Amino acid sequence: MNEPKLHSLAALFNTPDEIIHAAEKVSGTGYEKFDVHTPYPLHGMDKAMKLKPSKLGYITLAFGLSGAACALLLMYWTMSVDYPLIISGKPFFALPAFIPITFELTVLLATLSTIIAMLTFFFKFPDNANPLHDTAYMKAVSSDKYGICIYADDKMFNLTETKELLSSLHAFSVSEIYFPAEEKYPVLQPKFLIFLVIIALVTSSATYLTLNKALYVVPFDWMMKQAKLIPQSQSDTFADKYGMRKPVEGTVARNFVPYEYKDQLQQPEKPLENPLLPTKEALELGKKKFLTFCSPCHGNYAEGDSRLNGQFPNPPTLHSNKVRNWKDGNIYHVITNGQNIMPSYASQVTREERWAIIHYIRVLQKAKNASEAEVLLSKKESSSNGTK
Amino acid sequence: MEIDYSIELPLVEGRPTLADIDRVIARPMETKPSKKYFIALGITVTMLLAGAVCLGLTLFYGIGMWGNNQPVGWGLGIVNFVFWVGIGHAGTLISAVLFLLRQKWRTGIARFAEAMTIFAVMCAGIFPLIHTGRPWLAGYLFPYPNQHGLWVNFTSPLLWDVFAVSTYLTVSFVFWYIGLIPDFATMRDRTTAKIRKTVYSIFSLGWRHSHRNWQHYEKAYMILAGFATPLVLSVHTIVSFDFAVSIMPGWHATIFPPYFVAGAIFSGFAMVVTVLVFVRKVFDLEHIITIDHLEKMNKVILATGMLVGYAYAMEFFIAWYSGQEVERFVFINRAFGPYAWAYWIMVSCNVLFPQLFWSKKVRRSVPVMMVIVILVNVGMWFERFVITVTSLHRDFLPSSWGYYKPTLVDFGILLGSFGLFFTLVLLFTRALPVVSISEIKAVVDGAQPSHHGE
Repeated sequence: MNEPKLHSLAALFNTPDEIIHAAEKVSGTGYEKFDVHTPYPLHGMDKAMKLKPSKLGYITLAFGLSGAACALLLMYWTMSVDYPLIISGKPFFALPAFIPITFELTVLLATLSTIIAMLTFFFKFPDNANPLHDTAYMKAVSSDKYGICIYADDKMFNLTETKELLSSLHAFSVSEIYFPAEEKYPVLQPKFLIFLVIIALVTSSATYLTLNKALYVVPFDWMMKQAKLIPQSQSDTFADKYGMRKPVEGTVARNFVPYEYKDQLQQPEKPLENPLLPTKEALELGKKKFLTFCSPCHGNYAEGDSRLNGQFPNPPTLHSNKVRNWKDGNIYHVITNGQNIMPSYASQVTREERWAIIHYIRVLQKAKNASEAEVLLSKKESSSNGTK
Repeated sequence: MEIDYSIELPLVEGRPTLADIDRVIARPMETKPSKKYFIALGITVTMLLAGAVCLGLTLFYGIGMWGNNQPVGWGLGIVNFVFWVGIGHAGTLISAVLFLLRQKWRTGIARFAEAMTIFAVMCAGIFPLIHTGRPWLAGYLFPYPNQHGLWVNFTSPLLWDVFAVSTYLTVSFVFWYIGLIPDFATMRDRTTAKIRKTVYSIFSLGWRHSHRNWQHYEKAYMILAGFATPLVLSVHTIVSFDFAVSIMPGWHATIFPPYFVAGAIFSGFAMVVTVLVFVRKVFDLEHIITIDHLEKMNKVILATGMLVGYAYAMEFFIAWYSGQEVERFVFINRAFGPYAWAYWIMVSCNVLFPQLFWSKKVRRSVPVMMVIVILVNVGMWFERFVITVTSLHRDFLPSSWGYYKPTLVDFGILLGSFGLFFTLVLLFTRALPVVSISEIKAVVDGAQPSHHGE
């Protein structure tokens, strides 16, 4: 066993006047490493102990200013740079509206930093291992006595001399305070280690559950999960498990007159009349749709000479006598229902576009089979119109 | 009853020794509570549970359980929020403003008032949260870089509220805890029980009453008081902005910030007196929380009550003076419309009854002041009700006028908030020193050195 090491000499006094006097004497003698312990702060003690004014205020100033700067920068960056929004006609950098939060964050940062700095940096807290704890001296100054304590590592410290000095100040008790005899390592105690393991387990599982599970729990989701049909999804409402239903047999959309000869293979006995006039617009629309939908097989001039020739059963020319003698309604019937290998174009080409295509086919037929007189007439008309 | 106000009254009566002070203040923590305490706790916990049930119903079925509807979208949820934030203003005011003004009589009541502040702000915080309807999404109120790439609206008073109230709660809590550290150390050195000692040691952080620490400690206390003073004024100012920044007639008034702050001090002091009257009796603290302290608080109540009365009058004057038709209508409707009953409860409780405090006899009579301060609490709740509801229920569009009636669930949650508040107060009286031990010791006669010593 080592000899217990002396930590300090501690003297107790009964009145505030005595302790002030003692502090003056101790600091006056030249001691520097000493402390006064009183149950409440005593006025005039700073002077008696020759303490310099507290520098805590500088920390408050620095962090208060940075709180203000951070708040303003945050609001400037979010509201004016990252996601600028006009709110109530205010400018993006609406300083007056930013003042309240700037103020609050200044106060928050200034006060928290002051307290944290004081406790950790100035006081070196938490410090429950100090040898002064649990001594009769500490219990006395905690309640109603006033104590002065001179540390053994002061360069003027000498056990007998210091003791004499304290006694001469009318201390009613002077005691020696020692470091704990044995250096304990409470950190390595199994109880503490188990405690640490439990803390680690609890925090990590709580973090895992919070971030991966709890955050995705919607507390009350019956507004989302109602008994309703969702398109493209399975449904238990109907026997066939389809959410989407077919319309009832014979249903007709509003303002839609079905084509009378739909799905009829033969040409109709009474073909429909072309409701469109062969205007310039109709012909241009017909040309556009013809080139898109008809020309890949029938060729750009309806001659049945597209590049698909030879790969399929050859698409017929539309300049045959049969087609030229057809009524518009017969061509319409073929486009709508399809014929032989040609599929129905009813879903790709609207009714109006079909009639427009028919007009354009008539133009092509006329161009291919025009008589000499008609060509001359057309030339005459175009020159008199001033076109070439 | 003749008191000479020209000399400073003793702050602690009867010159107790320092050890006596320790003993008296530590007694509630060191003795087993009486049967009465458990009865009281039983009542408050029942209120709390009733509120919890109503809150559960609200969360389960949604806020359709409340009376809020068009045109009164802000019902009791907001009324209660403003009420509790107001109550929460007394503590910091007493501990910070009176500290800066060197009002030493604050020492006896500061700890308790600070605790009440924290509890009241906790009660207040519940209401805007549940008023959002989906309180589990409240995390979005804080500006953090989220996956939506969105930020909060920093120009909205409702967001200012989030910052003001959370800052206020944090700073009040820190202020309170810093004051408690030396007391934790005293309790640590008094107790012999092992678990208590461990708990007190942890919370005292190893405080040793060292003057080298006291020096910084007093500085920090001063700094905190300096920050808490504008903070306490800013919080209710910002709460008033929730109303004043809108363009509702009856809300859009520049008098709102000072008016709300005065009202907050008024209601906060009333609540502190209400609770302290019981505490000083039950825990034999009548020589520490003296009748002089209560009298001073009553004077503050009288002064702030008249400030509030001035604000009521000025609102009417400005409504008339503005010549604005809708504004005029709102105020006439407030005093003589369907909610006239609420308005006149408010005026009589807040302006008329506190006038009795002009009489010294009334100021120093505990039963009479008890009645008055409870009336003030009622009146201040009705003030918030009148401001919120009467302005909304008849606004610009007569076709959508309505009459707001809170539901049973609304009142249940209000009851629950009182239950929470008083439960916390009761637990506090048993768990922590209700009066600051070290501060009281410092103001006992003869506690400070006599400067003309050697």
